[in-house]
Amino acid sequence: MEDYDLFDENSQAIIYGFQARAIQRMLDFDFVCKREKPSVAAVIRPTQAAAVAYHKVFWGSNEIVVPVYKTLQLAIKNHPKADVMVNFASFRSAYPTSKEALESDTIRTVAIIAEGMPERQTRQLIKIANERNKIIIGPATVGGIKAGAFKIGNTAGTIENIELSKLYRPGSVGFVSKSGGLSNEMNFMISQTTDGIYEGIAIGGDRYPGSQLIDHLLRYEANPKIKMLVTLGEIGGKDEYAIIDAIKAGKITKPLVIWVAGTGARILPAGLQFGHAGAMAGSDMETAEAKNKALREAGAIVPDSYEDLDKMIRQTFENLVKEGKIKPAEDFEPPKVPLDFNDATRLGVVRRPADVVVSISDDRGEIVTFNQVPLDKIIRENKSIGYVIGLLWFKRELPDFAQQYIEMVIKLTADHGPAVSGAHNAIITARAGKDLMSALASGILTIGPRFGGAVSDAAK
Amino acid sequence: MAQKNIYEYDAKMLLAKELPKYYPEFKYHNKLAIAESDTDLEQLVKDNPWIETDKVVVKPDQLFGKRGKANLLLLDANCDEMKQFCVDNLDRVCEIGNIRGTLKRLLIEPFIPHEKEYYVSITSDRENDIIHFSFEGGIFVEENWDKVIHIPVPLGKDINFFDLEGKLPDLGEYKDVLIPFIKGLFQVYVDQDFAFFEINPFAITEEKEIVPLDVKARLDDTAIFLHGDTWGNPDSPIEFPAGFGQTMSEEEAMIHELDEKTGASLKLTVLNREGRVWTMVAGGGASVIYTDTVVDLGFGNELGNYGEYSGNPSREHTEIYAQTIIDIITEKPDPQGKPKYLIIGGGIANFTDVKATFTGIVSAIKKSVDKLKKANVKIFVRRGGPNEKQGLELMKQVGEETGIPFEVYDRYTHMTRVVELIKKAEEGKT
Repeated sequence: MEDYDLFDENSQAIIYGFQARAIQRMLDFDFVCKREKPSVAAVIRPTQAAAVAYHKVFWGSNEIVVPVYKTLQLAIKNHPKADVMVNFASFRSAYPTSKEALESDTIRTVAIIAEGMPERQTRQLIKIANERNKIIIGPATVGGIKAGAFKIGNTAGTIENIELSKLYRPGSVGFVSKSGGLSNEMNFMISQTTDGIYEGIAIGGDRYPGSQLIDHLLRYEANPKIKMLVTLGEIGGKDEYAIIDAIKAGKITKPLVIWVAGTGARILPAGLQFGHAGAMAGSDMETAEAKNKALREAGAIVPDSYEDLDKMIRQTFENLVKEGKIKPAEDFEPPKVPLDFNDATRLGVVRRPADVVVSISDDRGEIVTFNQVPLDKIIRENKSIGYVIGLLWFKRELPDFAQQYIEMVIKLTADHGPAVSGAHNAIITARAGKDLMSALASGILTIGPRFGGAVSDAAK
Repeated sequence: MAQKNIYEYDAKMLLAKELPKYYPEFKYHNKLAIAESDTDLEQLVKDNPWIETDKVVVKPDQLFGKRGKANLLLLDANCDEMKQFCVDNLDRVCEIGNIRGTLKRLLIEPFIPHEKEYYVSITSDRENDIIHFSFEGGIFVEENWDKVIHIPVPLGKDINFFDLEGKLPDLGEYKDVLIPFIKGLFQVYVDQDFAFFEINPFAITEEKEIVPLDVKARLDDTAIFLHGDTWGNPDSPIEFPAGFGQTMSEEEAMIHELDEKTGASLKLTVLNREGRVWTMVAGGGASVIYTDTVVDLGFGNELGNYGEYSGNPSREHTEIYAQTIIDIITEKPDPQGKPKYLIIGGGIANFTDVKATFTGIVSAIKKSVDKLKKANVKIFVRRGGPNEKQGLELMKQVGEETGIPFEVYDRYTHMTRVVELIKKAEEGKT
C-alpha cells in the first residue's frame, strides 16, 4: 500500500461498538468486491462481561464468526494487521476511544462516526494524529469508501445501492465532501456520468474535521489511478481556500470539478444554522459565492449551480477519455449477495412451513392475541389471571365466578414447596410429546434428597 | 449543535465562579441583576440592595453589541433612573443593525468609574487558542485593530509554562495583575469549552483589581455533557438564547422541542408564511443544496421554509414534522389562487429508511387531503436509499388515491431537478 492509500483490498478494520447491521453491510460489500478476506477483523463491545465473545455473520451464503472483544487493547494485540478503526462510540466516549486507537502502534486510520463531539476534543485528536502521522476521518460522518476494496461502516448504504453505483470495482474519480448524506448521492451521480468512484470520503460537517478536503485531494492527486477530482464544499470556514492555494502552487493538477453549497444563505436570517455545525459564514470570504468565484478563478471547474454539477462532471470525464487520459474501467457482473431470510419474507419471495402450530395465542401481528383478545386490551382493562387462563386453557372468556375460582386456586397452591423437580420434569417430558413411560422415568430419575425425599428413603 | 452565544450575565457568572480557581486574586463584585418584562422592579431592588447604594449601569443583554451607539446604555445611574430606563425600554421594539426586535432583557450592574479601558479576547483555530490583547479597549478597539496583539498558544500547551510576558508589550505597573489574569482567563476558556470569549473593555481599579465591564462569549454546546457541574444544573441549564429579533414561532418551537428529545435531527425555520415553495428535505447537506437551487433559480422570495430531517427519525416523528409543515402551507391559499409547491426531497440515503420515513409523511398527507387541495398544493418527490422502491411507491399511491397532484422521481432524476420542474410549471402558468 502506498502512502497516499488509506485502504486496499486487504485492509482490515476493528469496529468499535456492536453495530451488527453496519458490520454485515461491510461484509456484504467485501463479498461483491470479491475480497479474499472479510474487512472486519474484530469488534469491540465494552459492555460485555467476557474478554472475548463471538458474533455470527454472513460471508455470502456461509456463516462465519467475528471475535468480539471487551477492550481495544486485546483486539489490537490479536489483530496487529488491522490498521483501521471504525469508531461508533457515542459523542460521550468518542474521544477516549479514538485517542486510544490513535496512540496504538498498529491503527493508522480512525473514522469517527459520532455527531456532537466537543470541538476541543476533536482538536486534541487532530494534534495526536498530526504528531503520530495518522489520519482521522470525521467526526460526524458516515465515513468513506474505496470502490472494490474497503468501505467504512454504513457508507453507501444497502447492497442494491452499491451495485447501482458500481462501487464493487474502482473507477477513475476521487471524490471528497463534507456531507456524509450527500456523498452517497454523489457516488451514484458519478457512477452515471463517469466510469465511477475510485475513492470517496466524507470528512463530516464539523467546524474542525479530523482531516480536511485538501488532505484527501492531495492523496488523490498523488495516486496515478485517479484521473479526475470531484469535491462538494460548503459555506463557512476557509478550507476551500487551501484547495485554491494548492491549485495555484501546482500541487493539484488533475481536473477538479467542485461546487460549494450554501449560496442560498443570503436569504436566510443571520445566525441560522444552515446544514452542518461548521456551516456558518463568519465573513464574506466564507460565503459560498465567494468560494465558488475564487475556485473558478483559480482554474477549478465550477458550475453555475448544483443543478449543472452532473453535466460538468460528465463533460470533464468525456474530455479526459477523448484525450486518451482515461481508459474507462471495465465492468463485471458482481456476485449476488443472498437475500436475508427476513427481508425475503417481507418481500414475499420465500416461504417455509411452520414448526409449531398454535391455535390459541397468535404473535404474527403487531399485537399478540390470546384467543383473539389483544394483550393490550387485557392490560388496559386490568383483566385477572383467571381471565387469561380462561382464554389460554378453555379458549373462552370465563364468567366472573370461574375467574375468581381460578384465582383462588392459584393463591392457595402458589407455593408447592421447594424443588418440585420430579413432577416438573414429568410434565415437561410429557409436553415434549414423549410417551407415558418416558415421562414417568424422567420424573423418577430426578427424585433425590431435595425432592421426594420420603420416597427415596423408603426405597433405601 | 455547535458554537452558541450565551447571555452576558451567564458569561460573567461563569467567569466569576471559575476564574478564582486559577487567579485567586480575582474578586468579582458578583452584583448582577436582570430585569425582564415581567420583573417586579421593587422586588428586584429588594433582592439586590446594592442597586440603591451603588451607582449602576443598565444595558440590554440580548447578544448584540454597540449598545452605547444605539443609545441603549445607561451609565452612572441611581435607582430611580434605573427603574425609569427599564420602564422606558422593556418591550420596546427597536432596530439594531437592520434587525428589528423587542428589548426583553436588561442587565443591571454597578457602575465602575475608570480611566483606561483594556481589551482581551480568546479565539480558537485548528491548532491554537489565540489570545488577543490591546491597551486600547472599548469602542476604539475596532479602529485600532492594528494595535491588538495576537498571541497563538499551541493546543495542549500548559499556559503556566508559556512565556506570555515575552509576547506582550511592557505592561508597566499592571504586569503583576494582567499576566495572571490573562493566564487565568485562558484556563477558564480551555476548561469550560468556550469557543469565544471577549472582554471589551475591562478596567483596573485603584486597588489594582480587574473588573470586566462588557463581556461576549460563545460556548461549544456539544460539550454540555462535560460541564454538568458548572453550566447550571439539570433543572436550569445554561441558556443558549436565539439572536436578537429571532423569535420562534409556535411551530418552530414545537419542532425544536421534538428535535431535542430524539437522537435524530428535525429542523424547521419558517422564512415566509405566505411563500409558495416549501421543502421537506432529508439530510443537512441536501437541505442546503435544495435551498440554494430554489434561490439560484429565482424563487428566493417564494421560499417558505428552511429545514431538514435526518438520522433515521421514527415514523411518528416524521409524521409530526410533515404535519407541521403541511399545516403552515395550507393555513390559507394564495390570495391570487396561484399553486403552492411542496418538495419532498433528498439524496440517496446511506441508512435512513426511505419507506419508514415516507410512511410518516404519507400519513400526514392522508390526514390533510382537503386542506392540501384547497390550498392548491402540488407535491414533488425525489429520493433514494434503503427501501426506496417501496417508499416511492407509497408516494405514487397516495397521489393516485387522493387526487393531489404528485410527481415522484427516483435516483435517476438529478436531485434538484424538481426545482427546475417547478420553475417550468410556473412559467407555463404566467
